[in-house]
Amino acid sequence: MRGNFAKITKILSAGVVAAGLLASASAKAAEDTIKVGILHSLSGTMAISETTLKDVMLMLIDEQNAKGGLLGKKLEAVVVDPASNWPLFAEKARELISKDKVAAVFGCWTSVSRKSVLPVFSELDNILFYPVQYEGEESERNVFYTGAAPNQQAIPAVDYLMSADGGSVKRWVLEGTDYVYPRTTNKILEAYLKSKGVPAEDIMVNYTPFGFSDWQTEVSAIKKFGSAGKKTAVVSTVNGDANVPFYKELGNQGIKAEDIPVMAFSVGEEELAGLDTKPLVGHLAAWNYFESVNTPENKKFIADWHKFIKNNKRTTNDPMEAHYIGFNMWVKAVEKAGTTDPDKVIDAMVGVSVPNLTGGYSAMMPNHHITKPVLIGEIQANGQFQTVSKTPGLVMGDEWSDYLPDSKDLISDWRAPLSCGNFNVKTGKCGGKGTN
Amino acid sequence: MKIFRAIGLTLLFLLTTLSSSGAAEADLRAIIAKFATAADFSETGVIVRELTATGDPAVERPLAALAEGNLYIRAADSMVFVGKEASDSIQLFDPLSGEAAGEASADDLTQIGVNNTLRRTIRDALGTLTLGSKDPTVRIAAADTMFKTPDAANIEPLDAAIASETVASVKALLEQARGASILVSDKPDADKLAAIALIGARGDRNAVSLLTSVEANASGAVKEAATAAIASINSTLAFWDAGQNIWYGISLGSVLLLAAIGLAITFGVMGVINMAHGEMVMLGAYTTFVVQQVIRTSFPGLFDWSLVIALPLAFLVAALVGLAIERGIIRFLYGRPLETLLATWGVSLILQQAVRTIFGPTNQEVGNPSWMSGSFDIGQLAITWNRLWILVFALLVFGVLLYVMKRTPWGLQMRAVTANRRMAASMGIKTPWVDALTFALGSGIAGIAGVALSQIDNVSPNLGRGYIIDSFMVVVFGGVGNLWGTLVGAFSLGIVNKFLEPYAGAVLGKIVVLVLIILFIQKRPRGMFALKGRAVEA
Repeated sequence: MRGNFAKITKILSAGVVAAGLLASASAKAAEDTIKVGILHSLSGTMAISETTLKDVMLMLIDEQNAKGGLLGKKLEAVVVDPASNWPLFAEKARELISKDKVAAVFGCWTSVSRKSVLPVFSELDNILFYPVQYEGEESERNVFYTGAAPNQQAIPAVDYLMSADGGSVKRWVLEGTDYVYPRTTNKILEAYLKSKGVPAEDIMVNYTPFGFSDWQTEVSAIKKFGSAGKKTAVVSTVNGDANVPFYKELGNQGIKAEDIPVMAFSVGEEELAGLDTKPLVGHLAAWNYFESVNTPENKKFIADWHKFIKNNKRTTNDPMEAHYIGFNMWVKAVEKAGTTDPDKVIDAMVGVSVPNLTGGYSAMMPNHHITKPVLIGEIQANGQFQTVSKTPGLVMGDEWSDYLPDSKDLISDWRAPLSCGNFNVKTGKCGGKGTN
Repeated sequence: MKIFRAIGLTLLFLLTTLSSSGAAEADLRAIIAKFATAADFSETGVIVRELTATGDPAVERPLAALAEGNLYIRAADSMVFVGKEASDSIQLFDPLSGEAAGEASADDLTQIGVNNTLRRTIRDALGTLTLGSKDPTVRIAAADTMFKTPDAANIEPLDAAIASETVASVKALLEQARGASILVSDKPDADKLAAIALIGARGDRNAVSLLTSVEANASGAVKEAATAAIASINSTLAFWDAGQNIWYGISLGSVLLLAAIGLAITFGVMGVINMAHGEMVMLGAYTTFVVQQVIRTSFPGLFDWSLVIALPLAFLVAALVGLAIERGIIRFLYGRPLETLLATWGVSLILQQAVRTIFGPTNQEVGNPSWMSGSFDIGQLAITWNRLWILVFALLVFGVLLYVMKRTPWGLQMRAVTANRRMAASMGIKTPWVDALTFALGSGIAGIAGVALSQIDNVSPNLGRGYIIDSFMVVVFGGVGNLWGTLVGAFSLGIVNKFLEPYAGAVLGKIVVLVLIILFIQKRPRGMFALKGRAVEA
């Protein structure tokens, strides 16, 4: 055995040396390219969601190169795999910035991975585009948030359920996975519902662990809570793999969307791909994009995606659109600044406006969040969403929630002279604190 | 609107024997044609109510189609059709007569959108319209809908339906629906009290739901009666709740048992710390997926048999992979638990990534056969078919495994090798092959567990991760090396977990269970059913 191991180590080290040589060779060839870092998990639990984002970034970079690149140079993607391991995200981010000298990084999915890379980005002064809907309560100079803040997803979704169209819901179950995004979102929602006159006994909050698969007790508790003679709805911040068994149990226990609708914030086309959606028709999701949106931009995007991934069945989803918007914004800002120097690009980003896929324009705001329309969709038998409600205009991302006592006085404005992510309007000082 | 409906329903019951005249049909067509001009859901809803108000049973077809999203407008002439999706076009049918009306491509048609509120309106409307159906199950569904959405206007049609009803069980449901409608009407209190007694006897959650809203709006004797009825129903329901927790616990236990039983062989009997056990479960689930894919494309008629077909295949796939792992890696590492742990952990990563590369990182859809979908009621206890079958299946697997271990020559050799390897070898048993086959058996059983778990969990490369910790917990808690221990361990952990969950929540519940196990292992390091004898010390 020992002999074998020695042999294996030898082969391995030879391989490493060879790889190193290749890497340095490609680094030399790539001197007149602009490098773009892609920081998405390609293995581990989050690979299910993040692999698609890596692919869409490669597609966008390919397309930009076909158009002649950027500032006369070709773009080059540098893909790393942080393997769903939060500390590894920080290490890989450092590697991308210091070793590969990337001009910007597109990446992260979970909030904890974002929090883990924040210090790296501010220390090494680079740019991160974060494409996923999140809990807010954050605004960093080096980060551009292209996903939805709570007021671009959660609040409009609850408003819809309270409206006559949505069924005039009076009783609420807030069901979530036990981590930072659901906990903060539910805190905001609870405060919001109470401000709308919903009594505390009509709100039930429940959390389950990551990857939870036995939903019998929770679903029967929802059924029980829903039989109090008032219209009840579930607002679900259940994340990732736990959704499939959750919906299967709902279907099996016969909870119909007409009676108790479930409004989800983390269930998109990709998650539904592993499900028979016939028993789920009518359950809802709130996003800023659906694959079923009928616009020429979206049709082209889907066709390009199918061609790139060579599979006509692959779906598109909201975080993909966020990367589409983020990447185009970055390209525009680089052209505006005439350089890829992160400092200059960060200043050029604010005010940049690019077309989104739902037939309008999204603009980068001074708080590094973007404007988006909010769509509410119902699940259809074919695994797609049908839009049942759309905000009349664009909604501006609000990073510091107005419904939380700690953050209601804070604003963020990264333009000079304020240049502050957490300015307290009451005290007139930069450096207030949020709930996190 | 209520007046419209009342008039419509009275008309319906006057006219049921008469066929609708040509003029009435033309009226219906005129109303249906309005769907083409409806701008939003509320306008569509107005048209739906108008159709219902005609009380003509012929409106059932277009309304049912609308509820399912199968009503289309042809762009060329704004005509409304019922559509059925064919391979690359949509077949059109007349909304009233149901006669075929050619086909069109999806681009030339606009689907009429529905949302939950509309679906509910349509369901309520169809409830009243189908009250006179010949099929008792349709009448039961109608009675159920009318119970859930009581309306004073329903009393009259329900009276008529009760008078002509012949099936006793349906009649009882209709009377309850009538009672519900009386409670929301302005009938005298005496009628309402009778209705409360009737509904109180029903004793389920829907009754509580209705009575709670009555209690909130009523006063005097009616309010008191409602309060009393709710209290009495709730006390019965509390009893059923306990039964429900036990059932959920047993069901969770059966899942734990299935996941752990293969490990009870590889870890329990052979002592191999097999971190790739979860991946064997995953391979079984993926085999089910592949089998279903082949059936879907080539033999759609066999879909209900897909799981039965997948079982032997999953066993074979996982057993072969297990055999390869044992021959290729583990046999060099016997007696070195730490290295085994690391090596099998590595294998588990390799298997996960291999599956991810071949099938992609996203979840794969594994369908439930019809006999595993839905639920049935025992009293106030809803039991889902898939959970029940998984329980039966887990016990079956356990029984077969027990038989193999205790009653076959192979089982005897397996136990002999575990008890004393050198002695067994001197008796002429080929210990390396017994090791290999035992490991293959454990892996194969994990594979068939994967077939069952594909019915309730995600089929993704991470499937196995979720079960590995629980499996080890069950085997260690039950007593290493003892199959009965695994059985008792799985069910007691399941039941304790499910009893804690409603009070402590899922997160805290799990922590409490883990703490309890740690304390238990401190007290009894060998688990509940420890093996006795010298072999244990070896």
